[in-house]
Amino acid sequence: MSYLATHLARVGALLGEHVVLVFVSLAVALVIALPLGVLAARNARAGTVILTLTGVLYTIPSLALLALLVAVLGLGRTTAIVALVVYAQMVLIRGVVAGLRGVDPALVDAARGLGFTARQTLLRVEFPAALPVVLGGVRIATVSLVALATIAAWISAGGLGTLLFEGISTNNAGKIFAGALAAAALAIVSDLVLRGAERAVRT
Amino acid sequence: MRYPGGTVAAVHDVDLVVEAGEFAVLLGPSGCGKSTLLRTINRLVEPTSGTVLIDEVDVRERDAVELRRGIGYVIQAVGLFPHYTVAENVAAVPRLLGWDRARIDARVDELLALIRLDAARYRSRRPRELSGGEAQRVGVARALAAQPRVLLMDEPFAAVDAIVRASLQSEIARVHRELGTTIVFVTHDVDEALRLADRVVVMNAGRVVQTGPPADVLERPADEFVRDLVGVDPETRRLVLERPLIER
Repeated sequence: MSYLATHLARVGALLGEHVVLVFVSLAVALVIALPLGVLAARNARAGTVILTLTGVLYTIPSLALLALLVAVLGLGRTTAIVALVVYAQMVLIRGVVAGLRGVDPALVDAARGLGFTARQTLLRVEFPAALPVVLGGVRIATVSLVALATIAAWISAGGLGTLLFEGISTNNAGKIFAGALAAAALAIVSDLVLRGAERAVRT
Repeated sequence: MRYPGGTVAAVHDVDLVVEAGEFAVLLGPSGCGKSTLLRTINRLVEPTSGTVLIDEVDVRERDAVELRRGIGYVIQAVGLFPHYTVAENVAAVPRLLGWDRARIDARVDELLALIRLDAARYRSRRPRELSGGEAQRVGVARALAAQPRVLLMDEPFAAVDAIVRASLQSEIARVHRELGTTIVFVTHDVDEALRLADRVVVMNAGRVVQTGPPADVLERPADEFVRDLVGVDPETRRLVLERPLIER
């Protein structure tokens, strides 16, 4: 507890790094997961391939994936972001697929029959209707990324994991406690904020 | 017409003319192809052979999206967009067509008046706050928003209870009288067909078996199937024809 009190500024800075790490990874992951999710929801064969592949990637132990990526990309933040993006895919894509497949077919029939183009039907009708479920996926992905990002410190990517690894190697319980507390708080706050967003978009 | 991979044509040998301003009702049991036939009109279903003409123009020569924006479409499940308000639902097609805001607002008020929903109370409601009957009225308003000359209705009143259905039937009959829109209406409900139609089109197993004014279908059923469909007691059915539609 004393470490947290005396080094509030450092914990704050590392928390900031952690947030950036998670946020950037999530943004990149969404840019990939949204089109893949739409494709997987539309085309059964593509869906099977995409969901199987991301499922396999998800089962690789995180430490092993980081080690493998370090061999290719070297140490640092970029490598960590790549790993987090890979991990987020399965949860995000499943969210998009479940959301789109759950849209009432009558909405799509009505939209097409009234003269919405395929693109307008997706963006103005299907996607808004699927949004609560998609956001559920985003919420779960975010909370797991907050946890996973602590390991990223192991490859010099910064973030709250730095405190955990330093604490372990110097046998400093205060540092470990400060890092764990901040990471847990971040996970809980993200969860609450995204739950709020889910409720707000539910019609 | 066949579905891809289907071995039996869903609809075949149909030769049907619907006059401008007519209220045509496609009547038949489930699976007889009446919805499929309806959906060829706005190209939601493309026939494997044959043509659909509107004002002498083959619908396949027109862009499907543009074609649909000029044809109203109402379905049994209504399909109001849940994240839109009532006003935004009604404004859907005018917005696609790029009308300006003032014109859209005026049109929404006009349509809510037409379907007898108080604009002040209903404009900003969400679909989940509407009863089944109110939702389908909004569905009709949405379909009529861009002043289509043709309105397609696929079992629009089948999901509401009998009292609401009777009231919706009177409403659509009145709207048809007031606007003169050509309506093609699908139902399996014989009374509904007899009550609303200028012309009944009886279908069975993918074919049109009889076409004519309700009185003709009642008095001179073309075959055994039509006789069974309209009922063993034409006298009772005739009462339906003689009974004026109840005005609200």
